[in-house]
Amino acid sequence: MICVSAIDNRLSVEKSDPGRRGLKIKNPLREKACLKPELRRKDRPKLPEMSEFDVIRHFTRLSRLNFSVDTHFYPLGSCTMKYNPRFNEEAAALEGFASLHPLAHDDCAQGTLELLHDLGSRLKELLGLDAITLQPAAGAHSEFTGLLLAKAYFESRGEERDEIIVPDSAHGTNPATASMMGFTTVNLASRPDGRLDLETLKKHLGPRTAVLMMTVPNTLGIFETQIEEICRAAHEAGALVYMDGANLNALIGMVKPGELGIDMMHLNFHKTFSTPHGGGGPGGGAIVCRKALAPFLPVPTVKKEGGRFVSDFGDGRSIGKVKSFFGNTGVLVKAYAYMLAHSVKEFGEIARCSIINANYVRALLQDLYPSYSKEYCMHECVLTPGPDLAAKGLKTLDVAKGLLDRGFHAPTVYFPLIVHEAIMIEPTETESKETLDEFVAAMREIHALGVSDPQALKDSPHTMPVKRLDEVLAARQPNLRW
Amino acid sequence: MPKAEEVKYTKTHEWLHLSGTEATVGLSEHAQKEMGDIVFVELPKPGRRLEKDKPCAVVESVKSAFDIYSPLNGEVTAVNDAVSGDPALINQSPLDGGWLFRIKADNPAEAGGLMDFAAYGDFLKQNAH
Repeated sequence: MICVSAIDNRLSVEKSDPGRRGLKIKNPLREKACLKPELRRKDRPKLPEMSEFDVIRHFTRLSRLNFSVDTHFYPLGSCTMKYNPRFNEEAAALEGFASLHPLAHDDCAQGTLELLHDLGSRLKELLGLDAITLQPAAGAHSEFTGLLLAKAYFESRGEERDEIIVPDSAHGTNPATASMMGFTTVNLASRPDGRLDLETLKKHLGPRTAVLMMTVPNTLGIFETQIEEICRAAHEAGALVYMDGANLNALIGMVKPGELGIDMMHLNFHKTFSTPHGGGGPGGGAIVCRKALAPFLPVPTVKKEGGRFVSDFGDGRSIGKVKSFFGNTGVLVKAYAYMLAHSVKEFGEIARCSIINANYVRALLQDLYPSYSKEYCMHECVLTPGPDLAAKGLKTLDVAKGLLDRGFHAPTVYFPLIVHEAIMIEPTETESKETLDEFVAAMREIHALGVSDPQALKDSPHTMPVKRLDEVLAARQPNLRW
Repeated sequence: MPKAEEVKYTKTHEWLHLSGTEATVGLSEHAQKEMGDIVFVELPKPGRRLEKDKPCAVVESVKSAFDIYSPLNGEVTAVNDAVSGDPALINQSPLDGGWLFRIKADNPAEAGGLMDFAAYGDFLKQNAH
């Protein structure tokens, strides 16, 4: 445990002491490459002045305060914060991949092109779909790409469709993408069991419906058991079905979405395929789709011609580029390494273990934190603070802050919106039973503390470098400058 | 200031107070409580045409952002600039200082389809999980 009083919260600019420097070594090459004197700035940039030693201490200290998947259990629902195997990093660091110039001729990039081609083929097979682009930078960017494909598809057929149906159990990015793309979003309320109601859907499907966007399993961690009928109904109305694949970890290797009737879907390499999230990223996404949508995919894609792999710029019907070159290729190398390390059977095992882990946590906690659904969940469960804590005026936020004190990153809170005071937990398959037991013990301890001394829980966190932040004040009167 | 018992309610938790053809719209006491501390409001511009049951404003709390739906067809005649500057007004007095906008209703009779105080109370009970 870090001793709080010893933490120095000053920013680097506040630690600045004029005249302090690191080692400066004259580099004759750099001198030569310098800008002409008239192009150089007159004043020094206002950077903090620190010794190299101070800089090292400053950033090392900050890094030790960080919560990350490498340091803490990180049960963020719908984010699939799984372990990032170091083998992936070794593969991406291989000279041939890491040093390849993005403008290199296809002949000089055969290894990378073959990797992209094979990664695409394996994913198409795994998901039961026909074509793929690896260009999108992440999930929401994939959704954007998917809806561009839908637009191009309907334009090519001379159809004008302006509505996107999104159930309220979908990811928030789905309606956001629809509205950003100029579609009208039609929101559908879920049934009490958390599933999409087929009859309600049928009432809203029509000649204006372009796409039905569904998150499968949905944000309640529940599988849409009627997915095949749902897809059929959408197709009968002439609409396309888009699957948000952020929760693919629950299905991978067990279910081929293409066989369920999905027309296109995205996947997140930084979720299901174990590449790092956020600061360790960047992210990586893909759109996998049916043949009918393939002509509109972003270019270039990779095709095999004879024994060679070549960039394919399509027949002019492409929506264009959504990202430079082939996307975040380094991320794709990592995802490929992960795919090679697992057989299809092992992928099924990943899905099953992620489901077992989520149900294990749910089963051990639902007496104190009732789960929204009484059914078994998929790879994530949605819990609530329960009557004992509610009676003391305690909320989900208090439970989340209490977890920080016990060495866990907080789960996703207040989402999905359809569950009052939601706590959404996704353990992933990479956590051991011991870690899950520790987490369950922490949650039970928080409950006990909340009942015996509610104020202590309201005041948490106690061991973090900063105490409970005033989120309301920060949002109402944000102070955005130092 | 209208009383909670005097206004009409929508299923999406807006309240509406009709005076002739002009209707004042705000967020119900229940909704402000559920959302928690409201930190940002985006209101429609005066003169904008609003369509019944279509999103026309956004209210954001520390938990999330929520669409506000127009209870009637009509045109925006006034907006409450005070809540844009101080969104806490909605939490403090959703029926008074926290009103959101006024519309000139195309057909005030449309308000007949909305719930009164008692019906809204029943609706909340039915939908409590």
